[in-house]
Amino acid sequence: MFDVEAVRKDFPILEREVHGRPLVYLDNAATSQKPRQVIDALVHYYEHYNANIHRGIHTLAEEATTAYEGVRDKVVRFINSPYGRPSIVFTRNTTEAINLVANAWGRRFLQPGDEIVLSISEHHSNLVPWQLIAREKGAKLRFIDIDDEGRLRGDQLQSTIGPKTKMVALAHASNVLGINPVREAAALAHRHGALILIDGAQSVPHMPVDVGELDCDFLAFSGHKMCGPTGAGVLYARPELLAAMDPFLGGGSMIARVQLEESTWAEVPHKFEAGTPDIAGVIALGAAIDYLEGLGMENIRAHEKQITGYALERLSALPGITIYGPKNADERVGVVSFNYGDIHPHDVSQVLDQHGVAIRASHHCAQPLMRRLDCAATARASFYLYNTPSEVDALYFALEETGRFFAVQEATLPAGGA
Amino acid sequence: MNYPEPQLDDLYRDLILDHYRHPRNRGNLEHPSAKVDGYNPLCGDEVELELRFDDQGVIEEVAFKGRGCSISQASTSMMTELVKGHSKAEAQRLLEAFKRMMTEPTGEPPAELGDLEAFQGVAKFPVRVKCATLAWNVLEQGLRKDGASHIEEA
Repeated sequence: MFDVEAVRKDFPILEREVHGRPLVYLDNAATSQKPRQVIDALVHYYEHYNANIHRGIHTLAEEATTAYEGVRDKVVRFINSPYGRPSIVFTRNTTEAINLVANAWGRRFLQPGDEIVLSISEHHSNLVPWQLIAREKGAKLRFIDIDDEGRLRGDQLQSTIGPKTKMVALAHASNVLGINPVREAAALAHRHGALILIDGAQSVPHMPVDVGELDCDFLAFSGHKMCGPTGAGVLYARPELLAAMDPFLGGGSMIARVQLEESTWAEVPHKFEAGTPDIAGVIALGAAIDYLEGLGMENIRAHEKQITGYALERLSALPGITIYGPKNADERVGVVSFNYGDIHPHDVSQVLDQHGVAIRASHHCAQPLMRRLDCAATARASFYLYNTPSEVDALYFALEETGRFFAVQEATLPAGGA
Repeated sequence: MNYPEPQLDDLYRDLILDHYRHPRNRGNLEHPSAKVDGYNPLCGDEVELELRFDDQGVIEEVAFKGRGCSISQASTSMMTELVKGHSKAEAQRLLEAFKRMMTEPTGEPPAELGDLEAFQGVAKFPVRVKCATLAWNVLEQGLRKDGASHIEEA
């Protein structure tokens, strides 16, 4: 049984007030809050066994190494990797994981004229790294458009992924819209001998994700959006791909034998972890995984669907609101992007903040998508395991206040939704 | 936190909301001497400014188009009203005074800015300062060169 009030007690920050009102934190797609268990894991590491990992022959180093490597096992179980520890590379975040693949795979395997297939709704982190490597290697980027409810167009998946495609890189769930048909994309990619990278930044924290079931070659996600600390993220990859790729960063830990003119590389995944990693961050990410698994990802998903459905229903009742993305909560993670009348999202966010309600107002690092939706920016409320229906009500009432403040006139409201 | 919290009314003064809802000098000029635009990638504010100077370098006409938040659009509207009829050198002094009000909000607002003292409260909301100064940075570009140019706020 999922008890949201009990969950909330685990998050010290939720006791905080903002401008004299209880904090209503609805910016979870940007970063989640951290439970006491995760904060304790960070402190415990620094207070009891802080040491650099690998190679150290002393008790603290052994304890730290065991804890750090143990988190690989937790990640293996969490995303159900069939390949064990060698399939899990720790990175700073999703962005670094994607840059790793774009560089280490792209340098080695991309040829002029090869095609990389993306969607127009990708976060800049799953767009710009590909732009850079495509320019360097003379490869071509191709883009899949979205339909009126913001879904990837199935017909374009079919027509865009083809014999020239070498890589398909798509968000599992958009940080603005909804969940994408990545299984179908993976099947198409593999039929044409291409690889698929899935950006799981917005899906892994919110629903059960099974890399075998998705049949993806790479999965990238961030710890800080799933109750973990900032600074630790994950790249999952098939070990044979990691072994064939060039290194990304050079330095300590990633080498086998170093000579003055050349070196050989450590076994995967260590080949991709140069330098001292965020040891405390990775260990605390392990605590976050324990926390989420203790509650059950199915239960978290069910709770979020309920909150998101309620938010869609409640916000739709506001005159002048435009909600982007699928109408059905089943096709969304906890993300609801909207515009309210002709009030700029920054102004919306400013007034909501005065009511203690934290949302995001920006282009959400998806400028091409904003142009496609024909808006400069949107407001975005994003939910997580600790959000409640009464917080959705608080958002609703604060939006009503915003409308009054800026005197939203019926006449100035745009017609219909996107 | 022990300092008084900034209130919404400090930011959204009535005059600012009025200019946002009813922008002045909105549109295009015939035969502009300078055409400049600016973009603030943080919030997506856009301002396009057209200026016409007379033989003495006095701003004869000014018009703008743009979209963005209330602060950015109201600031542009009020800026156009203020600088019309001023020489380039005077406009430069006005824009420096405005930017100073945004970055050093402790002093009295400079008298020459007139109604634009309404923006003094924006300085209490640091993330919104760029919204207020965008128009003025665009103006600065327009004063420096004839023809067309484009700036992006970092």
